Amino acid sequence: MYDTGKILAGLVAFIVVATFPLWFTNLFGSPSARPVLELPKGEKKCVEDTEYMRHWHMNMLDQWRNEVVREGKRMYVSSDGRKFEMSLNKNCLKCHESRAKFCDRCHNYMAVDPYCWDCHVTPTGE
Amino acid sequence: MLEYALKGSKRYWTLIGILAVLACAGVITFLYQLKVGLGITGMSRDVSWGFYISQFTFLVGIAASAVMVVLPYYLHNYKAFGRMTILGEFLAIPAVTMCILFIFVDMGQPMRIVNVFLHPTPNSPMFWDTIVLMGYLFLNVVISMVTFGAERKGVAPPRWIKPIIILSIPWAVSIHTVTAFLYAGLEARPFWMTAILAPRFLASAFASGPSLLIILALIVRKFSKFDPGKEAIGKLAQIVTYAMAINVFFVLVEVFTGVYSDMPEHYHSFQYLFLGLGGKSMLTPWAWVSVVLSFGTLFFLLFPKIRRNESALAVLCAGVIAALWIEKGLTMVITGFIPNPMDRVTEYWPTLPEGIISLGIYAIGFLVLAALYKIAISIREQLEAR
Amino acid sequence: MDESRRNFLKITGTGVFGALWGIPVLRAVGKAFESSPKALKAKRWAMALDMKRLGRDDVRAAAAKACNSAHNIPDLGIAEEEVKWIWTEEYEAAFPTQVDKFTPEQMRKQPVLVLCNHCDRPPCVRVCPTKATFKREEDGIVMMDMHRCIGCRYCMAACPYGSRSFNWRDPKPFVRQGIRTDYPTRTKGVVEKCTLCAERLARGENPACVDAANKVGGAGTIVFGDIADPNSEISRVLRSRQTVRRKPSLGTSPQVYYLL
Repeated sequence: MYDTGKILAGLVAFIVVATFPLWFTNLFGSPSARPVLELPKGEKKCVEDTEYMRHWHMNMLDQWRNEVVREGKRMYVSSDGRKFEMSLNKNCLKCHESRAKFCDRCHNYMAVDPYCWDCHVTPTGE
Repeated sequence: MLEYALKGSKRYWTLIGILAVLACAGVITFLYQLKVGLGITGMSRDVSWGFYISQFTFLVGIAASAVMVVLPYYLHNYKAFGRMTILGEFLAIPAVTMCILFIFVDMGQPMRIVNVFLHPTPNSPMFWDTIVLMGYLFLNVVISMVTFGAERKGVAPPRWIKPIIILSIPWAVSIHTVTAFLYAGLEARPFWMTAILAPRFLASAFASGPSLLIILALIVRKFSKFDPGKEAIGKLAQIVTYAMAINVFFVLVEVFTGVYSDMPEHYHSFQYLFLGLGGKSMLTPWAWVSVVLSFGTLFFLLFPKIRRNESALAVLCAGVIAALWIEKGLTMVITGFIPNPMDRVTEYWPTLPEGIISLGIYAIGFLVLAALYKIAISIREQLEAR
Repeated sequence: MDESRRNFLKITGTGVFGALWGIPVLRAVGKAFESSPKALKAKRWAMALDMKRLGRDDVRAAAAKACNSAHNIPDLGIAEEEVKWIWTEEYEAAFPTQVDKFTPEQMRKQPVLVLCNHCDRPPCVRVCPTKATFKREEDGIVMMDMHRCIGCRYCMAACPYGSRSFNWRDPKPFVRQGIRTDYPTRTKGVVEKCTLCAERLARGENPACVDAANKVGGAGTIVFGDIADPNSEISRVLRSRQTVRRKPSLGTSPQVYYLL
């Protein structure tokens, strides 16, 4: 192989630069930058457990909207048997009143921009 | 092979520069359209498809017409097209690219275009159109790269490419047929709902595409040492003549059915196009220019002596392209929406941003064309110098 | 050398693709999805509009207003870009093949309430490349999935009734009656239309226009019900009175009937 040294050096440099956000945050990032979400006051339990919601809420909402719009089914039966209306506005946002203090804080932190809000307006008009 | 597109004369780079500037203007205007929405175009709830889809329709024809050089060369072993085929295939590639871009800018939610593949819907002609267009682009890239690459090395192309070339022939017909089916299957639009739309599209494609190819071949010969051949150009001129004659015949057949039957839904669109309806006649002058150009160019093309005069031929080819561009790239799609389902006339004219975006796409297309032709010319010149 | 590099790329490429394929998309935990017990159900919804009673301006206005406010319909103030779910047309525009030169002027100009016909054989559904618009098999409603629509507007070209509207720009600033938060607005670049108030049917309520029209114009101004049930009110009305449909010769089989 020609230029083995140069190629390897280049590869290492590339990996270091490409993974900059990962190692920099872990080594030098301050924990205070992590988002603090405002949790609902009255309600302790979401439709599913917190861990599940944190990881899968986007897939769940995607499935919900298909069930509602396409299958005409509007009730969700959770794993512990409770029933909820599958509605962002009439279910989720009833407890999570503030989009800015809940949804956006984490979405901004993760730099994701879901287009839910292009159409759905929160009960507080956000 | 691509490296040849990166080495060129000052003239080549000037051309590339101008096209790149136009392309950038188009891209920037498209970003504006993404932000504001398709409201920046002249389209409306009544005329809901406009200039973009019209350009798409016209360019599908240009893309499909490559078959007019591929078929005689590979199926009938017509040697004179030996040096023309690569120009034909290298014209099809940018043409399909432009088609795809015009569809893309016409979407209200272009980022969701993957939904067409995530939720495939075989009963929609648009689904099939996406498939055949992508397939055609793929076929042409593979065929031109493989055959031209072999030629450059002075070896015979690999045997496996032959069936793919044969496949590309019906495939070319399919892209324009499916595009016609996009329109021809709608009971809501009597102007388009005609069985002859697909044949008519093919006829006009085989007139406009080879016309463009003739002009490009003449330019190539003028500015380089690569000569696609006098016989090849003459044969293409003959093809243009036949296709134009068939196209004019098909249009007349349609006008007869629409006008003679006198059914209001059918007649009103023709009335709007050629005479004006309800005091509105924005497209009428264009329609007549197209008619005059069609008959005029066809008349002169019929004389072999005039056809053989290459400067006269270039003018006639430009006339054919203009006539068919007006027909397919302007009046055909828009008139289908007029009058609207309530029998009222809402007119359409593209806006400036719409024009800039379209110009930008044409610039991208011609950029690809220039680069590909540069490759073809450089390699050809090398081969000829050997 | 060259060969092995190519093979290496092939193998890694396939491997990465396969690994991505295997990532589970959703770890489902919920037990079930159910329709609400209160929901109104039918085998085939249909509507009969009393043309005479809907000739009254206040009745039509009430019906349109109820729909517009229930669904956050914008008022763009530009005729070419209007979003319309239910609106008024003149008789000659709604039924262009039904007028001739002897049709009295008063009849030609008679206002008619029009909306999506929820066709039995909807051309819009036939052409949609993503199934964003589809016919609900259980009750015949021609639905619109605004999440999936790519905005190609093929359905607008296919609809013979002009019942589909495109969002040429963001509609939110034009929802002049104030955005209600229990129903979404739309985003720019999607097509929308009447959904026969699928969301109200799910709550056990009639479509908004039906209730509003019957309240102002009296019971029976718009009869709404299941035509698959021969004993339903709408079946009886359709059997006993003469009706017309818009452009029946096209074979789309509209399920909005007009009572003469």
